[in-house]
Amino acid sequence: MKDAFGLPQSLLVLGGTSEIALATARRLIARRTRTVWLAGRPSPALEQAAESLRALGADARTVTFDALDPESHETVLGKVFAEGDIDLVLLAFGVLGDQAQDERDPVRAVQVAQTNYTGAVSAGLVAAGALQTQGHGSLVVLSSAAGERARRADFIYGSSKAGLDAFTQGLGDALHGTGAHVMVVRPGYTRAEGPLTTTPEAVATAIELGLRRRSEVVWVPGALRLVMAALRHTPRALFRRLPL
Amino acid sequence: MPGDTVSVIRPRTYEEAASAVRDCAARGAVARGGPGRAYGDAARNSGGTVLDMTGLDRVHVVDADEGIVLCGSGVLLHRLAELMLPLGWFVPVAPATGRATVGGAIGADVHGGNHPVSGSFSHHVLSLELLTADGEVRTVKPGTELFAATAGGMGLTGVILTATIRLLPVETAYLTVDTERAADLDDLMARLTDGDHRRYGCARIDLTARGADTGRAVLTRADHTPLDALRTGTRAWRHPLSCRPRRRPPALALLSGGLPGSLLGRTSAGLLGGLRYRTAPRARSGELRPLSADFPALAAPQGTRRTGCVRYRFAVGHGQEETLHRIVRRLAAYRCGSFHAVLQPLGDTDAGWLSFPLPGWTLALDIPAALPGLAGFLDGLDEEVAAAGGRVCLAEDSRLRPGLLTTMYPRAADFRTLRARLDPRGVFVSDLARRLDL
Repeated sequence: MKDAFGLPQSLLVLGGTSEIALATARRLIARRTRTVWLAGRPSPALEQAAESLRALGADARTVTFDALDPESHETVLGKVFAEGDIDLVLLAFGVLGDQAQDERDPVRAVQVAQTNYTGAVSAGLVAAGALQTQGHGSLVVLSSAAGERARRADFIYGSSKAGLDAFTQGLGDALHGTGAHVMVVRPGYTRAEGPLTTTPEAVATAIELGLRRRSEVVWVPGALRLVMAALRHTPRALFRRLPL
Repeated sequence: MPGDTVSVIRPRTYEEAASAVRDCAARGAVARGGPGRAYGDAARNSGGTVLDMTGLDRVHVVDADEGIVLCGSGVLLHRLAELMLPLGWFVPVAPATGRATVGGAIGADVHGGNHPVSGSFSHHVLSLELLTADGEVRTVKPGTELFAATAGGMGLTGVILTATIRLLPVETAYLTVDTERAADLDDLMARLTDGDHRRYGCARIDLTARGADTGRAVLTRADHTPLDALRTGTRAWRHPLSCRPRRRPPALALLSGGLPGSLLGRTSAGLLGGLRYRTAPRARSGELRPLSADFPALAAPQGTRRTGCVRYRFAVGHGQEETLHRIVRRLAAYRCGSFHAVLQPLGDTDAGWLSFPLPGWTLALDIPAALPGLAGFLDGLDEEVAAAGGRVCLAEDSRLRPGLLTTMYPRAADFRTLRARLDPRGVFVSDLARRLDL
């Protein structure tokens, strides 16, 4: 059960090796979280992530989950929810892809879209249904600033995130009034340094604040909201020439 | 929380209550007094069933000579007071919120400003009828295990259907109120324990004061006015027991309860406390106030939860005054604006296993939830309270860490055992029970 500040006691991470998700889990364990489910494809990295959370005092368990196999989502996630209430579901899986290669190999491009969008649609719907039955809990979906407007440099990834973002917003409206809460998080680039980039720790901080405020959309860093609003309305002829 | 998917059932008869309990789905049921009355999450049940007991509001038997009443659990305390005052009886314990029901008062085992004299609410209960998970209605008497678990048990042992309560005899419907200012916390505690035997006592602390003034407060003490203290010929003297609800000036009502905490920050909330201190009389005694239906003299705002605020109430025992000092200093240093910082002395421990009062002091705070770092700050206070052998009030709690429960309430293990035996399927459950694993 969440407390008055929206801090969860149990957490389910879809995409258990995501850096942002693990930074968030570490932060929440320092507050209230005791039970963490890390869902992902079985790998040493996943076990290692669970071990690192156990070292912090949490009861961390792993569960096999594959975003590319939507038929299994109902069974896999159903088992987790049957074990007890989940206060926070963090949907954090996704692949960046390689734009240049993916453009040449459409099958690889489709896989990016299937992981980031199709997989999230089925997992998100299963989680949302369970939260609705519970009557409480939050679903936090990691979108991206790249989904706000397609750029030449990463439009395959960006378009998949744009779909995910729109899906999540609609899901949030569908769950409004059921006690469950949906939050979209749109971080900037986390793998570089410079203005408007961010770190997994900063995203974790923003997620905690968003949970407390029951926000629906969170930008990290916050200034991205204004910058992207401006970019979104930039004429295409000009946008195309910008060094983005 | 707005928009919880709970199915609210308002039983009108005991049979309806029983069938609601029988039919509630996998996520269980919990009883509550009315919508939005509770401070904490003891009366919420996300995704499950909530029984609104205010439909069972009949007073069945009144013994006007002995002051004993048998009534349904949904009777509001202020209704009971209005009904019984003309007969010379008043509710034995008046919590800060005048809108509690009899069942809620037993389930939370409420205390009032008269705790050192009167004890908590369950102290005045002669017997109650409890609808348990197996569908049986049991008569529960004080002194039994089930009574100790039910008094203060947050509705987790069953649904209280009726209660027999012993009331307090009064000669008039008036209070004689003394107000004074205490210069700091030591002064305040000395005044509250100076061998004074007035029935009610509480103090509103001004948390904007720092340094030598830390803990300065407005101290209010009151007693029921005896008949011979009324001036002859006045309206009060002609109708000593008439009960007229007193309306507060709208501005005052807004400040004391209606204004959402999210609109105000620490500055405004703090200023309110400071203003209260400065405008209070330095010392005034013998003021006659009508004991109107919402007990205005007995402290505190109209008690529904203030949106955007977090309620924090803790108690520490006698001999732990240094802890209290430290906490008040920390609150002042944190610049914690509180709409409501009330200190009350507490008397003996009550019978209930999860009853809150312990001999010592209790401080209640209403803090705007948006203050930065508040969650961590309150966790720190919890640690300090637990280390001093104190506890946090479950009825007003919405944020306690589960690990601290058994430290604060040593009988919690007994409570869990009894619940496991009485309610193996976990029919009675609430958000509080889920969070603290009660």
